[in-house]
Amino acid sequence: MKIFSVKKEIIENKKISAGCYRITFESRKIACMAKPGQFLHIKCSDTYDPLLRRPISIHSVENNVIEILYKVVGRGTGLLSEKSCGDSIDVMGPLGNGFDYQSLVTCHLSPILVGGGIGIAPLYFLARKLVEKYSNVTVLIGADAKHNILCVDKLKKLGCRVKVSTNDGSTGINGTVVNLLKKELSPENVKLKIFACGPIPMLKQINRLVSVYNVSSQVSLEKRMACGIGACMGCIIKVKNGYKRVCKDGPVFDIKEVIWEDL
Amino acid sequence: MKQLSLDVNIAGIKMKNPVMTASGTFGYGLEYSQLIDIENFGAIVTKTVTLEPRIGNPQPRIVETASGMLNSIGLQNPGAKIFIKEKLPKLKEYEVPIIANISGRNETDFVKLAGLLKDIGLSGLELNISCPNVEHSGLFAQNADTTYKLVNKVRKVTGLPLIVKLTPNVTDVTLIAGAAEDGGADAISLINTLIGMSIDIQTKKPKLANVVGGLSGPAVKPVALRMVYEASKKVSIPVIGMGGIVTSDDAIEFLLAGASAVALGTVNFVNPNTCCEIIDGIKIYMRDNKFNKISDITGRVK
Repeated sequence: MKIFSVKKEIIENKKISAGCYRITFESRKIACMAKPGQFLHIKCSDTYDPLLRRPISIHSVENNVIEILYKVVGRGTGLLSEKSCGDSIDVMGPLGNGFDYQSLVTCHLSPILVGGGIGIAPLYFLARKLVEKYSNVTVLIGADAKHNILCVDKLKKLGCRVKVSTNDGSTGINGTVVNLLKKELSPENVKLKIFACGPIPMLKQINRLVSVYNVSSQVSLEKRMACGIGACMGCIIKVKNGYKRVCKDGPVFDIKEVIWEDL
Repeated sequence: MKQLSLDVNIAGIKMKNPVMTASGTFGYGLEYSQLIDIENFGAIVTKTVTLEPRIGNPQPRIVETASGMLNSIGLQNPGAKIFIKEKLPKLKEYEVPIIANISGRNETDFVKLAGLLKDIGLSGLELNISCPNVEHSGLFAQNADTTYKLVNKVRKVTGLPLIVKLTPNVTDVTLIAGAAEDGGADAISLINTLIGMSIDIQTKKPKLANVVGGLSGPAVKPVALRMVYEASKKVSIPVIGMGGIVTSDDAIEFLLAGASAVALGTVNFVNPNTCCEIIDGIKIYMRDNKFNKISDITGRVK
């Protein structure tokens, strides 16, 4: 078996900022298999209402301890946020393909991680893996306001170069994370690889930007899911040659592959 | 004390227990094989196969509802050729009967498909004449005549056990159940999903791109149970009961109502280990109620 369904005790469910929480739990099996960009399918209710699991990216894996960082967006994540230390969490995973960062070495590319809002969650796990091999990891973080800028300190602690933007200018540059990315790109510097996660409008802007500079880019997408393992065809997106499943063929896609007009 | 026997024989399909998968919720078994032992099921019913590949409906395709979900997948599948060449050989490596669920736009499609799926190691065919998410085939199981004619035509081209899957979206399911039996069905399965709808009150748009979709999950169970009860009194062929089963109590209710076997659908998305839990629960129930075999439970509602 490559995917596990486990019930684990919550070590911590901590409020990080308004509406954002971080759950910590231990699972040796999932920790051994987990790759950056993969997600867990989490049952938020002890009953059958709400019915479906919620797909939440893996934020960090250290030894056997797993963290998820999530934003409360509805009833499911609301119930999840109410769980306390010692409560049980029902988790399936690891699921999905994850980021492809192995090609960085062979192609001599420098990684730039671009996170919008809670989209920073899976990128932290990626950054942790990248700093093991690279000294030049750049992370661009954007949000509406200061209190929603997450993970800056711990990314700096890893040794990443971190740049921040907010829509209201309360910290970092006044603007979006795409403005930050623009500054990193130039026709001379195409030896980059972008890993992005965030709201669809942000990813669409990144798509337009990188198509000008022809920079290799991967994006992590989100869709409402039922099974989470590729069986039900509920979470498909349109790609160049048909449909792909976000849960099984993704959630990470090459930016060029996605039909952005359809999202 | 006598040995408990969970095995059932549905129209010649020998199963080691009465818990099957419901079509469309288990893919072609291969995705789930990475997570659970798919041989735990009494039989696996595949996602619908059509003659040609189908790309399915636009997004959004799923919406969560109170204790249930709406889907409008639209029978996305790779088509019969790829099913036979790529999916089935891998699925056949498992020691479990495989039933192919098939659908088509018209009688000719069904007949051709049934012909193609002969002698390739399948244990049976389930005719999906009740999918609410496609333009043409939804109507077969809403009319006794078309049901009879279709089943009769497919019956003539296949020797495989033939299960006919019925829709709950009818005024009297017993008429359709009877027509399926008269047409030559070896068993009937019910229910497919109930047609439903959900609206986003902010955008004022339907939540599904297809506007309407099929409701499944615990929310539909009482309706499903009533229909299994009615249909099983009408026909003398076995009935496979499904619709919102999540616990062994649910499964036992269906057996008592007249089902000879049950199928798990939406619950596979939520708890893929449900099959084992239900089998364990049925065993305890049998012991407590001195039932030695599954057929002792079937139709025992008072």
